[in-house]
Amino acid sequence: MSLVTAIGHGAGAGPAPAPARRARRGAYLLLAPGLAYLGLFFVVPVVALLLTSLYVPVPGGDVGQFQPAMQWSNYTDALGTYWPQMVRSFAYALIATLAALAIGYPMAYLIAVRARGRPFLQGMLLVLVIAPFFTSFILRTVAWKQILADESFVVAAMRAVSLLPPDGRLTATSFAVVAGLTYNFLPFMTLPIYASLERLDPRLVEAGADLYAAGPTTFWRVTLPLSMPGVVSGTLLTFIPASGDFVNSVLLGNNRTTMIGQVIDSRFFKVSDYPTAAALSVVLMLAILALVSVYVRRAGTEDLL
Amino acid sequence: MSATGVAVTAGVAARTDPPAPRTRRPWRLGDALVPVFGALAFLYLLVPIVYTVAFSFNDAGRSNLVWRGFTLDNWANPCGAPQVCESLVNSLKVGGIATVVSTALGTLIALALVRYRFRGRALANLLIFLPMSTPEVVLGAALLAQFLSLRVNPGFGTVVLAHVMFCISFVVVTVKARVASLDPRLEEAAADLYASSWQAFWRVTFPLLVPGILAAALLAFSLSFDDFIITNFNSGSFTTFPKFVYVSATRGIPPQANVIGSAMFGLALLLVVVVQVLSVARRRRR
Repeated sequence: MSLVTAIGHGAGAGPAPAPARRARRGAYLLLAPGLAYLGLFFVVPVVALLLTSLYVPVPGGDVGQFQPAMQWSNYTDALGTYWPQMVRSFAYALIATLAALAIGYPMAYLIAVRARGRPFLQGMLLVLVIAPFFTSFILRTVAWKQILADESFVVAAMRAVSLLPPDGRLTATSFAVVAGLTYNFLPFMTLPIYASLERLDPRLVEAGADLYAAGPTTFWRVTLPLSMPGVVSGTLLTFIPASGDFVNSVLLGNNRTTMIGQVIDSRFFKVSDYPTAAALSVVLMLAILALVSVYVRRAGTEDLL
Repeated sequence: MSATGVAVTAGVAARTDPPAPRTRRPWRLGDALVPVFGALAFLYLLVPIVYTVAFSFNDAGRSNLVWRGFTLDNWANPCGAPQVCESLVNSLKVGGIATVVSTALGTLIALALVRYRFRGRALANLLIFLPMSTPEVVLGAALLAQFLSLRVNPGFGTVVLAHVMFCISFVVVTVKARVASLDPRLEEAAADLYASSWQAFWRVTFPLLVPGILAAALLAFSLSFDDFIITNFNSGSFTTFPKFVYVSATRGIPPQANVIGSAMFGLALLLVVVVQVLSVARRRRR
């Protein structure tokens, strides 16, 4: 590992000097197909979303018929009605992200540091983190719903030892929704942290142990700062999808745990109110971009990719 | 070839470097804390999977809610419930196409970003970062807004278009890490020995990139295979496996869906075990 890192850092940092003009043309040739694709199927749709968010209903038209307009009040109307769901989504996503960090960091540490030098064990543990993707996250969320259901033995046991009041329940609560979010996005937290811990040179930790006294100090002053890039991308990869998710709140929650994704989904499909759904989507996207850019700047890792 | 061989051996050897000998030190609480806590975390991760696998053997009727007794019928006849296999085949098709296309497009972008300095680099980086920092529900809604305004009927095609889009960025990030860790001197050495840069790329650089490209493809496939939210917005009446499970969740998921979920989990596990055993065996031989 150390050899690879040394080489990687020594030589991979800058691109090889090449004849400028030809090289630049080469770069554009390589970039063109992929970026054109993203332009057509990311940028253009986002513009379509912006335009849709300003539409007004066709006068005297059917449900779901709209015409282009500049109706900015769509935004104030949508936010005036759905700000609690918006705030709740960010709150749930934040708690779930912190919980996933608390669970995912030790997992990543176990795989990357404790299992170092045992490639088979490392590979097996890693695949256990990734393989749940193949069991369909909806199937797993439904499994949680049934495990925590009122008639399940988990609830019966918790009632028996008074962890829950006799009429207490686990499903259809905000606790269940947050736990579901934590569960579903845990691999997205664990894998980036694993990647940055795996790259960490064990000699640095040893040097730390030589200079400082205790293990925890070495962890706080050497290991953790060096794994911050992983922590930053892990928290982003958890927080962003969690704040837009609606599967967990639909399957594990109740009508007081509704998240903004659920509102957008039902505005679109149940009542064909496209402008409201689009306006809420735009607000969600901008709010996340604002939060992410502040966070990334404060975390000091500008180069996320 | 020898350059590749040396590089691969060096990489593998470096990876299996034995951990530096540990100096004796008193036992600390932290030493046990990490494995215990980590094991609990893995348990948390695996509980619903164990549940899903167990209930694939349930002798259930239409709704698979309570345990009614052990049976192998569901495994013997996984297509027994309507739409289960149809939706699985749909998911595999979408995942296959999305993986190939997004891996190709993303790999090219990654090569350009690491290998070249060019104008508009920041813009390119932003364009790759934005889809990853946009929640799925927004991506789904945006694509649907576009398809609605173009009067395109959602279905198989729109789902594939959407999946390629959200996979590209993840491919770029994965392959980029691999390209950045390559030693450019290997390609220079090749240039000294072979004639063209084309050959140097295909004979030296590309083989070294293969593990990164495969990892990116695997990631793209698993993202596509497990996607529900974006699919739900852009699929119309076309049904993928996650969509099938979600739609049937209200009236009871047939146990055959558990069979499919368990089998996919088992296949993924088996694949990695085989790869691991092969690579360990190869290292032993060297």
